[in-house]
Amino acid sequence: MRHLAIAAGVFLATDAVAETPVLTIYTYDSFVSDWGPGPAVETAFEAECGCDLRFVSAGDGAALLARLKLEGARSEADVVLGLDTALTAEAAATGLFAPHGQSPVVDVPNPAGEAGAWSDPLFLPYDWGYFAFVYDKGKLAHVPASFEELAASDVSIVIEDPRSSTPGLGLLLWVKAEYGDRAGEIWAGLKDNIVTVTPGWSEAYGLFLEGEADMVLSYSTSPAYHLIAESDDSKAAAVFPRHYMQVEVAGKLAGTDQPELADRFLAFMLSDAFQSVIPTTNWMYPAVTPEAGLPDGFAGPVAPGQAILLPPEAVTGLRDGALAEWRAALSQ
Amino acid sequence: MARGAVAIGRLGGWAAAGFVAVALLAPLAAVAWQAEFARAGLSADWGAVRFTLWQAVLSTLMSVLLAVPVARALARRRFAGRGLLITLLGAPFILPVIVAVLGLLAVFGRGGLLNAALGWVGLGPVSIYGLQGVVLAHVFFNLPLATRIVLMGWQGIPGERFRLAASLGMSRAQMFRMLELPMLRDVLPGAAMVIFALCLSSFAVALTLGGGPAATTLELAIYQAFRFDFDLGHAAVLALVQLVLAGGAAALALGFAVPTGFGPGLDRVVRRWEADGLVPRLIDAGAIALAAAFLLLPLGMVVWRGLGGIAAMPATVWQAALVSVGMALVSTGLTLVLALSLARRGELWGYLGLAVSPMVVGTGLFLLINPFASPMALAAPVTVAVNALMALPFSLRVLAPELRRVEADFGRLADGLGMRGWARWRWLLWPRLRRPIGFAAGLSAALAMGDLGVVALFASPDWATLPLMMFRLIGAYRMEAAAGAALLLLGLSLGLFWLFDRGGRVDVDA
Repeated sequence: MRHLAIAAGVFLATDAVAETPVLTIYTYDSFVSDWGPGPAVETAFEAECGCDLRFVSAGDGAALLARLKLEGARSEADVVLGLDTALTAEAAATGLFAPHGQSPVVDVPNPAGEAGAWSDPLFLPYDWGYFAFVYDKGKLAHVPASFEELAASDVSIVIEDPRSSTPGLGLLLWVKAEYGDRAGEIWAGLKDNIVTVTPGWSEAYGLFLEGEADMVLSYSTSPAYHLIAESDDSKAAAVFPRHYMQVEVAGKLAGTDQPELADRFLAFMLSDAFQSVIPTTNWMYPAVTPEAGLPDGFAGPVAPGQAILLPPEAVTGLRDGALAEWRAALSQ
Repeated sequence: MARGAVAIGRLGGWAAAGFVAVALLAPLAAVAWQAEFARAGLSADWGAVRFTLWQAVLSTLMSVLLAVPVARALARRRFAGRGLLITLLGAPFILPVIVAVLGLLAVFGRGGLLNAALGWVGLGPVSIYGLQGVVLAHVFFNLPLATRIVLMGWQGIPGERFRLAASLGMSRAQMFRMLELPMLRDVLPGAAMVIFALCLSSFAVALTLGGGPAATTLELAIYQAFRFDFDLGHAAVLALVQLVLAGGAAALALGFAVPTGFGPGLDRVVRRWEADGLVPRLIDAGAIALAAAFLLLPLGMVVWRGLGGIAAMPATVWQAALVSVGMALVSTGLTLVLALSLARRGELWGYLGLAVSPMVVGTGLFLLINPFASPMALAAPVTVAVNALMALPFSLRVLAPELRRVEADFGRLADGLGMRGWARWRWLLWPRLRRPIGFAAGLSAALAMGDLGVVALFASPDWATLPLMMFRLIGAYRMEAAAGAALLLLGLSLGLFWLFDRGGRVDVDA
C-alpha cells in the first residue's frame, strides 16, 4: 500500500513540475459538452494564460459538491464551477474553499440587498436564471399565473425531484420562500396537477416535449433555445408573481497548487470573453451583461423586480423541513 | 466430473468468487468506514423498503408468469423470421432507461398510441403513471430476459422425451406434468431471483413512472443519502438492507429450484406432436403476437424518432460509439471468464452484482482508489470491470444450469474416456455450450454498451461513452440528436447481441 502511495506521489510530482502549468476546474457535465460553454471558454482562457485549462465533469452541481466532499483536501481541483446558491452554504461549511478577494459589480438581481453588489467572500457568480414553468403556446390556452391558479386548474405539469436534481430543489425553495408555512398546503393543491416527478431535468424536459404534460419546470430562458437554435417560437415561460432564481457560482479551492492562475481564471470568468458565450451555450443570463447585449429571446418575460432568492445560510435551515412537507403532501 | 478438471475448475471458481466479492463488497465497506456506521438510523425508510419490495414482487411475478406461454410458443413453433424475432425480443432489456421510458410513453403515454386508439373507440384515457406504470416498465425490461431463460429450459428437454411421450399416447396435461413442469420448477426460481434483484435496485424507472415521492425506492433513498444529505453511513446501511433483501430472495429461489433429471438425449430438435391441434396453435400465435406487439411497438417508436436525428448528430457521437463498443468487448471477455469459472464453484457469489447498489459500488471504488491514484486516470478499467461484474449475474444464470446439465448428462462418459482440460472443453463442453455462451456474451456486451452508472462518477474529460454522450445532448436541449444517438446505441447493442448470439447458434438448429 505504501509503495502505491509513493508511486502515486511521484506521478503527481512530475505532473506538477511539467512546463505548462495546469489549471483543473471541476464543473458539471453539460458545461463541458461540445454544446456547452466549455470549449469556447477553454480556448479563450488558454490564449491569454499560457496554461493548460483542464475541465473535469461530474454530473450536476450537487454531484460536484458530493465529489469534493469525497475527495476532501486531496482533491486535484483548483477551481469548482457550477455550484448554485442552494449549495454554497454547505460548500462553505466544508472549509475547502478560499476567499476570492474580488469585489465585482454584477448584473444579477439581488432581491435581498443593493443592486449590483455581490457579498459572498468565497463564491463568484458567472450566470443566473429564473425557474419557470415552460409550455407550448399552441397547446395551452389558459396559462396559470400563480401556484394557486395552477393548483385550481387542470393544467398538468412535470417536475423534478428535489432529492436528485437542482431544478427540483429550486422549485422546493421557490414554494417555501413564497408561501412559508402554507407551502405544504400549496403542494397538496398541486398534487393532482403533477403527472410525475422525474430524477432530473433531462427526463422532465423530454417528457414535456413528448406531450406528456402541459408544462414543465425549467428556466425562463428555455424558450430562447428553441427560438434561437431551432427558429421555433412555440414555447413560452408562464409568468408568476415572483420567480425563484438560480445563481451559478464558482470558487477557488484552499488546497490549490495554482492560486494565482485560479484567481486569474475567476477574474476572466467575469470578463466579456467568458460572459458573451454564456447565453447561447448555457442558456442562462450572464452575470455581467456582455458589451454586445443579450440575444433575442432573453428580454423578459420575467422582470428583475419579480426575483426572489433565499440567502444561502437560510437554505440550510429550511431545506430538510421543506422536503419533509413536500414528501408528506405528495405521498398522500 | 473428472478429478483433474474439477481441481482446475475449483481453483478458477474460488479465484473468480474472490475477485467478485472483493470488487463489490470492499467498496461497500469503504463507504461504511467513512462514516459512523452504527449511528445511522432507518426509521424514515420503511416506506421506501415497503414500496421497493411490493413493486419488485409484482414486477417479477408478472414478468416470469407471462414469459412461460411466450417461451413455450417460441420453443415449439417454427416460422419465418423466428430467429430475428428472438433477437429483437432481447432488445428492451439492454436499452438505457431514459430511451426505454420515452419509447414506452410513445405507446402508453398521454399522447401515445394506446390512448389514441382508446379515444378512437370512445374509451377514456388510461394513465401510465403510478404503480401500474412501474410494473409495466419493469415487465417491458424483464419479460425478454425471462422468456429467453425459460426458452433455454424448454430447449434443454431432450427431443426424445417428447417423442417417447407422444408414442406412449400421453395427453397434453400429462406431458406438461411429466416433462414441462419439472423443467419450469428448475428454471423459474432462478429467473425470478435475477429479475427480483434487478427490480429492487430500480431508481429512474420507478421515480419517472411512479408519479411522485410515494414511489420512493431504496436506490433513490441511497441517492438522496449521497447527494442531498451526504450521509455516507446512512447510504451504507441502506445498501446493506438492499443486499439482505436480494440475498434473501436468492436463498429462497435456490431452495425452491428442483434440478431436473431428464438424463442425456441426443440434442436433436423433434417435432412436438402434442402441439398440433388448432387450440394450441391459436394460443401460441396469440402469445407470440401479444409479446411482439408489447415489446416491439415502443422499440419501433425509438427507431422512428431516431431516424431523423442521425443526421443531426455531431462527429463526437461516433467517437463515443467507438469507445463504447471497445469497452463493451473487453467487459464481455471478462464476464465470460468469470461466469465460466463460477458456474462450477461459488455460483452464488456471481450474483452479488445484482444485490449491491451501483451507486454505492461506484462511490466506494472512488473512495478506495482516491488515496492512491486519480480516479479519472483509472476510469476506463474501473468502468470495464464494474460493467463486467454487473453483467455477470445474467451470464451466470444462463451458463450455470447448462454447464451442470452437460456435466450431469455426459460427464461420466467423458470421465470414462479420460477427456480432460482442452479435450473436454473442445469436444464435450464447447459444442453443447456454444449457444448459451453466445447468448451470455451477447447479453454482457449489450448491457455494457448501455451502462451509464459508474462511468458518470469517474467521467474523464478526455473521452465519453455513448450513453453519456446521449445525456449530454439532452442536457443541451438537443433532443433530436439525442434520439439519433439513442437509435445508434440501440443498433450497436442489438448488433453486438446478434453477432454473439448468432455466433453461438451457427450450425445449430435453434
